[in-house]
Amino acid sequence: MLTYTLRRIAVMIPIMILLSMVVFSLAKMMPGDALSGRIDPTNSSPEYISAMKEKLGYNDPVHIQYLRWMNDILHGDFGNSFIHKMPVSQLIGLRVYNTLFLTLLALFFTYIFAFIMGMYAGKHPYTLGDNMIATYNYLGFALPSFFAGLMAIYLFALKLQWVPASGSIGTGVDVNTIAFYVSKLKHTILPALVLGMLSTAGYTQFLRNDIIESSRKDYVRTARAKGTSESIIYNKHILRNSIIPIVTFLGFDIGGLLGGAVITETIFTYPGIGSLFIDSLTNRDYSVVMTITMMLSIMTLIGNLIADLLYGVVDPRIRLD
Amino acid sequence: MAGREFFNTETSILNTKNLQAGFFIGGKFYPAIEDINIEIKPGKVVCVVGESGSGKSVTALSIMSLLPKENGSIQEGEILFEGRNLVDLSQDDMNEIRGKDIGMIFQEPMTSLNPVFTIGFQVQEVLLNHLSISKSEARERSIQLLRQVGISRPEEIVDEYPHQLSGGMRQRVMIAMAIANNPKLLIADEPTTALDVTIQAQILELIKEIQKKMNMAVMLITHDLGVVAEMADEIIVMYAGQIVEQSDTYSIFYNPKHPYLKLLLQSIPRLDENRERLDSIKGIVPSLTNIDRTGCRFTDRCPEAKDECRQISPQLAELGGGHKVRCLLYKESYPTEKAVTNR
Repeated sequence: MLTYTLRRIAVMIPIMILLSMVVFSLAKMMPGDALSGRIDPTNSSPEYISAMKEKLGYNDPVHIQYLRWMNDILHGDFGNSFIHKMPVSQLIGLRVYNTLFLTLLALFFTYIFAFIMGMYAGKHPYTLGDNMIATYNYLGFALPSFFAGLMAIYLFALKLQWVPASGSIGTGVDVNTIAFYVSKLKHTILPALVLGMLSTAGYTQFLRNDIIESSRKDYVRTARAKGTSESIIYNKHILRNSIIPIVTFLGFDIGGLLGGAVITETIFTYPGIGSLFIDSLTNRDYSVVMTITMMLSIMTLIGNLIADLLYGVVDPRIRLD
Repeated sequence: MAGREFFNTETSILNTKNLQAGFFIGGKFYPAIEDINIEIKPGKVVCVVGESGSGKSVTALSIMSLLPKENGSIQEGEILFEGRNLVDLSQDDMNEIRGKDIGMIFQEPMTSLNPVFTIGFQVQEVLLNHLSISKSEARERSIQLLRQVGISRPEEIVDEYPHQLSGGMRQRVMIAMAIANNPKLLIADEPTTALDVTIQAQILELIKEIQKKMNMAVMLITHDLGVVAEMADEIIVMYAGQIVEQSDTYSIFYNPKHPYLKLLLQSIPRLDENRERLDSIKGIVPSLTNIDRTGCRFTDRCPEAKDECRQISPQLAELGGGHKVRCLLYKESYPTEKAVTNR
């Protein structure tokens, strides 16, 4: 297990280098550059612009620029945001906890509802309850998150006024007090619910189908022949087999933890990584875009690694020595 | 007659009466087994033989109440186990009997064990389901059981997973689970079909040995007549959902009555004969939805078929000495007046 993990991490290094090249090239290929975001070309003298270009190293060959960027990253310097006028690492540090809180809360809802509904539907297939869950799943697949988000804001924030409509924290609360955390939760719960309830659909349907398939397996008949009760057969024998494919989803989820939900965060004007990413793209704040893209790529690799290791935990047949 | 009936239920461990079970397909019920009367006495080995699709497994699953719950159903008859009618029992009540009084071994050892649980867990489960013992006691007992079924290093095997074991070993584990609570009846549904020939003999030897030691009644389902000859006290031959012949082992092999059984016996390879090709029976067993329920079901494949075989449904009738047959070559098999007018 340990050697496997180390080997997998070693394999990740060339993949990351390749990724960084792709990210760098894409950023280079995008129209405009940091300079056009920072100074007004119509009001600046061409001499000043060319001097600044020289100073920022934009006249160097591309591979030199790439190596300089990589060198900075390896030293923990992700550059400065031209819009926010602060180091990218500091900027992301401000946002990342919001996003982490939102995505973890959303995942919590996703898994709780998916397991409850998936297990019920799998145990009672083709009943009224199963059909109702299936209807909900189709809605979850069909509804775009911006629409569901707007509906939720209209209903719960504007009409019922249970929770605030936007932001991540109320005004006038001191950091690290109970009121602070309550305010955080109040701001985050609605986008988390929208995010979680929509993505529940896929998990539920997957779990349901796998439970139905597993319940026809020979080992279930063996368990019945031993006099094992129906509830233990479903909650232990079948469920233990049906969570194996769910681990694949979990890998993606871990990869997406820091990415946040671009659309949901934007709809709720929630200051997370997702909305920062969109803002930076529209503002050509490339150092931020590049850093977030790299971060998501690395998180995806780590998520995959964790999923692969978890397979060994839940399925003894592919346990790694 | 009434006295004899009473006597029978008293001494037999299992007694099915006019059992009819089958499946709903497209809203219509198709019986997979009909008119099944099987009696098993304590300590006896009853073999049920027949081709695939003859209803052997459905019979076994009916007794265990393990027919697929979506569409399987017992429509008629009784299954008397120690005088209790299993057909009337709820699944909860059946759970008390399954694994305790009746143990079962299945055909496919590769898929019959749960891949994500250890061997130890799976053997312990059947003990813990029925006995009030601690987990460590159950573990001790499961190690003993594994040793009893001929698994070497049982202390290590309990912590291993099914995929680490060979097919023969897994079938031994299945046997260990089936006999864990000293059942009165062991149902073995083609326990050797999926195994290598050399392993087959070992597994049969093991079942025989355990059966003798524990004086268990065994219902052995197989399509292998060689297995039957070695094990059986009594043999039941099934075809297309019906019992077509039933007798003691000697009569079945040396005095077969039904043309189907005669053909089956001719298809066994023999050492004392030099033949290029083995005889086979032309045609196949009709599928569940295609059985012609009027007349004898073997007519189309029968070399001795008469015209009336298509119209008259033969009855399972005793020819004497406990030898029963369902064939119009024997006058005893002609239906009684009442049955004819019913048609």
